[in-house]
Amino acid sequence: MEILNALVVTANFVIVPALAYGAQLALGALGVTLVFGILRFSNFAHGDTMAFGAMATILATWGLQTLGVSLGPVPTAILALPAGIAAAALLLLATDRGVYRFYRRKRVAPIVLVIVSMGVMFVLNGLVRLIIGVDDIRFDDGARFLIRARDFRDATGLDEGLAIRTAQVVTIVVAGIAVALLFWFLNRTRTGKSMRAYSDNEDLALLSGIDPERVVRITWLIVAALATVAGVLYGLDKSFKPFTYFQLLLPIFAAAIVGGLGNPLGAVVGGFVIAFSEVAITYPWKKVVNYLLPGEAEVSGLLQLLSTDYKFAVSFVILIVILLFRPTGLFKGQSS
Amino acid sequence: MSFAEIPEGAAALPSVRPRPAALGLRGALLFAAVAGAIVLSGVMQGWNTALLILNFGLVSAIMSLGVNLQWGFAGLFNIGVMGFVALGGLAAVLVGMPPTQAAVAAGGWRMLLALAVGAGVIAGGVLAWRRTRSGLLTAAILVAGFYLFRALFDPAVAAIEAVNPARTGYLGGLGWPVILAWPIGGLLAAAAAWLIGKTALGLRSDYLAIATLGIAEIVIAVLKNEDWLARGVKNVVGLPRPVPYEVQLQADAGFVERAAGLGLDPVTASTLWVKVLYAGLFAAVLAVLLILAQLALNSPWGRMVRAIRDNETAAEAMGKNVTRRHLQIFVLGSAILGVAGAMMTTLDGQLTPTAYQPLRFTFLVWVMVIVGGSGNNWGAVLGGFVIWILWVQVEPVALWAVSAMTENMDPGFLRDRLIESAAHMRLLTMGIVMLLVLRFAPKGLIPER
Repeated sequence: MEILNALVVTANFVIVPALAYGAQLALGALGVTLVFGILRFSNFAHGDTMAFGAMATILATWGLQTLGVSLGPVPTAILALPAGIAAAALLLLATDRGVYRFYRRKRVAPIVLVIVSMGVMFVLNGLVRLIIGVDDIRFDDGARFLIRARDFRDATGLDEGLAIRTAQVVTIVVAGIAVALLFWFLNRTRTGKSMRAYSDNEDLALLSGIDPERVVRITWLIVAALATVAGVLYGLDKSFKPFTYFQLLLPIFAAAIVGGLGNPLGAVVGGFVIAFSEVAITYPWKKVVNYLLPGEAEVSGLLQLLSTDYKFAVSFVILIVILLFRPTGLFKGQSS
Repeated sequence: MSFAEIPEGAAALPSVRPRPAALGLRGALLFAAVAGAIVLSGVMQGWNTALLILNFGLVSAIMSLGVNLQWGFAGLFNIGVMGFVALGGLAAVLVGMPPTQAAVAAGGWRMLLALAVGAGVIAGGVLAWRRTRSGLLTAAILVAGFYLFRALFDPAVAAIEAVNPARTGYLGGLGWPVILAWPIGGLLAAAAAWLIGKTALGLRSDYLAIATLGIAEIVIAVLKNEDWLARGVKNVVGLPRPVPYEVQLQADAGFVERAAGLGLDPVTASTLWVKVLYAGLFAAVLAVLLILAQLALNSPWGRMVRAIRDNETAAEAMGKNVTRRHLQIFVLGSAILGVAGAMMTTLDGQLTPTAYQPLRFTFLVWVMVIVGGSGNNWGAVLGGFVIWILWVQVEPVALWAVSAMTENMDPGFLRDRLIESAAHMRLLTMGIVMLLVLRFAPKGLIPER
């Protein structure tokens, strides 16, 4: 019984939140890693792309809500996702056309593109603030909980409850579908294969007749979809605030680099590595340990390694350790 | 820096000129335009506003100089500017504020011991790794050391924060003249930069960027959460000043008389005079740093640094120690950022950790360097002023434009939204300016050569 209680507490406060957060990071990291693999630069505007996609989705959600459309227990935002993705795709294609293409043709050093992406970041950040403001926005309608803590306690007879929020389940399901679609696309379709070929060896891909501009366009379309889904899921799980999306840049990049930049599978694994470390290191383990300790023995401290405010430090330390000891990431990424 | 032409790793010989560009006619005209803009703001918005813009412009120029040293001359991609600036701000508190005697007595020495143990544990871990290459031993030292550190640290924190938490609750500072905080802020930032540089400088440029971004976030998290250090989000207010207070001036009969001689009432005269004094101090610091930077970059050392930037491999083949130079310049540039941070906190008179936002303190400084002309000290200084003026003035100008546009509109949602949106024009403008400069004048307003 005690062990079950400990397990439930762990699931409630660590496993479920970390799974949801990890899925969000994984989607974000996939976007970063695809841009790196195909366009060969670290896109600092990615956090704000996520914010833009989420914003467009929220606007569409509000529209649907005024029309009285709803998905029952599932948040309306899921229905509005295609609209958000379309808006983000238009934006990214326009950015590529207006900004990045010029530098790509000039074949500038990757670092110049990074700086250019800083400019894009400013513009996107400004746009989002201009259109929707800076306030916290909650848009998770529908049922708030799938399983309530009290219901779980009553059903199982345990002392501890397990609460699972709808947003968490939606996150994991949608992220799973998105990742499955992406991997199917990259591994099974002709276009996906040409993308991978372009990423692996640009010259060889060009020689075999792959149109680079088409590859780039499709990459931006996929990145728009991934970023919007990631942004919306994060917003559903927590809340939408433009500034937090900028701050997500650090864990997202950490996830992409830990997995190996340019490697999609690595990005997914990296997302979960970062999320689980962050949650586990900032969670006070007192309750769990007290359940596991025999008899009446109790620990006095909170057993919290770091306060939650230092969660950035966790992604940072993992990032540094990986970069120092395994610079290509857990899965072989590109080193160029 | 001619980054547009020379791809990374190109085999071209480093094109080293004996002397980095001087100001030139174009530069002089641009600086005159900046002076004109400040005067115009003085005429239209009042001289207090103009002097405030000037003072922050001077601080921005110093920050820009620091980033230019790192990026423009050495090609180091530091986007942790905010962290070093905040460390300078911390120095202003640690140097200028009077010590909280009771807190020092309650936990000061224990805190010092805890910090020393913490540093010792990290050093021990690094040493163990270097000597034995045993991951297990290193991890054991680090984990055991972490618990030892927490055992010493937590009670010390509790003791310090228990002392009059509403008004102090922190250790306070050394009670030295606050102007000493400027060089000490530089030293603090330099020490942090040395630690970061030792670990992260070998990394690829965009990895270094992410690492510095992380460091900056961690510095801010420490400032926000370690109440014993600088009161966290409760802020430290009422920092001592290097210049007299307005009320002192107003009570000074001689000052009031001189003000009357100029036809000014004592209150206005005192606020203006305080800002003029700050401007004098800041201008002196900027002048010294600018002269030092120009001298350094005209020296053989400066040529070597630029040669390394233009072609690392070739410079290394010539026997230049690339890693050491990078570390050196990373530390120097960060020290300048620390000095600027301490100056800014002194000018503000308070340390507000929540005010440190990366867009304002990291990326805005980058816009300054890019727009001004990376690789040219004069350009960086100019960029500091130009972008700061733009940053401050975009909002009122946008508000004025929107008000003029919406004057005849019916009051309602759209009008409110438009007026509200004017406040957010800043970031958009900065981004557009940056993108335009990168596209059409990639070398900035005053190019390197």
